[in-house]
Amino acid sequence: MRYAMAVDTKKCVGCGDCVVACQTENNVPHGYCRDWIVENVAGTYPKLEIELRSERCNHCENSPCVRCCPTGASHIVDGGIVLVTHDECIGCGACIESCPYDARYPHPEGYVDKCTFCVHRVSDGENPACVDVCPTSCLHFGDLDDPNSDVSKILKNREWKVLAPEAGTKPQLYFLT
Amino acid sequence: MKEELFVSGRNIPHIDPFLHLWTWEIPLYLFLGGLSAGILFFAGYFYVMHKERDMTVTIKWAPMLVPFLLVIGLGALFLDLHHKLYFWRLYTIIRLESPMSWGAWVLMAITPLSIIWAATYLKEVFPKWKWPFAWLDSFEAFAIKQRKAMAWALMLLSVILGVYTGILLSAFNARPLWNTSILGPLFLVSGFSTGLAAIVWMSKSKYERKVLTRIDLIFIFVELFFIIHMIMGLQAGSEAAIEASQLFLGGQFTVTFWVFVVLLGLLFPATLEILELRGYHVPGWLPSFLILLGGLIFRFVMMDAGQLTRYLY
Repeated sequence: MRYAMAVDTKKCVGCGDCVVACQTENNVPHGYCRDWIVENVAGTYPKLEIELRSERCNHCENSPCVRCCPTGASHIVDGGIVLVTHDECIGCGACIESCPYDARYPHPEGYVDKCTFCVHRVSDGENPACVDVCPTSCLHFGDLDDPNSDVSKILKNREWKVLAPEAGTKPQLYFLT
Repeated sequence: MKEELFVSGRNIPHIDPFLHLWTWEIPLYLFLGGLSAGILFFAGYFYVMHKERDMTVTIKWAPMLVPFLLVIGLGALFLDLHHKLYFWRLYTIIRLESPMSWGAWVLMAITPLSIIWAATYLKEVFPKWKWPFAWLDSFEAFAIKQRKAMAWALMLLSVILGVYTGILLSAFNARPLWNTSILGPLFLVSGFSTGLAAIVWMSKSKYERKVLTRIDLIFIFVELFFIIHMIMGLQAGSEAAIEASQLFLGGQFTVTFWVFVVLLGLLFPATLEILELRGYHVPGWLPSFLILLGGLIFRFVMMDAGQLTRYLY
């Protein structure tokens, strides 16, 4: 099993519903977020191009955060989801420094926190909260090992990219372009 | 034009707009770790070379400082932790993939060893010293017999400690300025050079100062070579690496780096040391002070600059 998410940058309108849904679902403290939206503007006026990306932890296959964790608090569970065990985390910040996507943050309670792909929902067969709430249905989640899953099908039919592939992290957050 | 904005209003403390999670604690620890490694290495080396009579400050006096330096360094590391009460988790597992894990274990070995080494010389340095318990006397007698083995262990562990202060940073692929394999050797020679500077500062023996100053000059020039090597390597690298090196080549750290680290922290004290070896009168503390200060600033610059660098997408 290999969980992955595809974000349709052509459909995303940057409303921020995914951000709020995540904050509510996961009790993210005020002023922090596990997912966020980036607006990327490129080109020269009047030929400007806007790309909207809902970003979060990339749940990398070759995850530098898991590698550098001195206590093993950062780990990978079935399906390739990268998690942090709170009471094993010493809050040294090595994983935050190691993440090319700046997807982790120090929780005010001390441990390091990040997107969990809503593992508590996914293990019950549901979608992550951000996916369910998206009003334009631009987020696709599922198992890459299953050719009939939503995410497998859309990655087969559309062009996509990942962020900073040169970092060698093998990210599992795909952006449909 | 290329512009990137967080439209969902992300402004996480220590992360946005620029990563600034590690502030003064880690660079201070990297400095103290390198300094301790330098002092311990030369204590061990000159002991093994049978220089106990000629190099008393190197072997006996200077290592007395190390337990204090290491404890301050460890204290800084502890202060840096955000989940402090769980620090003991470091010692429930050995993770060879994580430099921070084996660094923590090396510290666990070298700190007690440095205390025992210093303790075996306490009576020589302070003749009135008395141990409060009899068993400490017998332990001291035992430890004195093991000095040679301890000297070898100190040399080995101090090289690991010195390299580790660099590898801790160079292992982070996400920060292009740090992600260069020269950083380990660079921090090692810089740490050894600061260690030598500290011993020279303490020593009054002409012979000892001369021997150590000569070695220090070699380390300073190797360090300069490594610095140039690092910048050349970054300049020849990917776009992210080129952008990282620009911080020192016209970017915001240019003056701090070239004036305070390279000029005042390496070239000027090296010139003073050469003059001293040639017989000119130079204030004995000045080159040492400059080298130590330069080493400290170097680690702060690398820490702050490295956290500004990232992959571009």
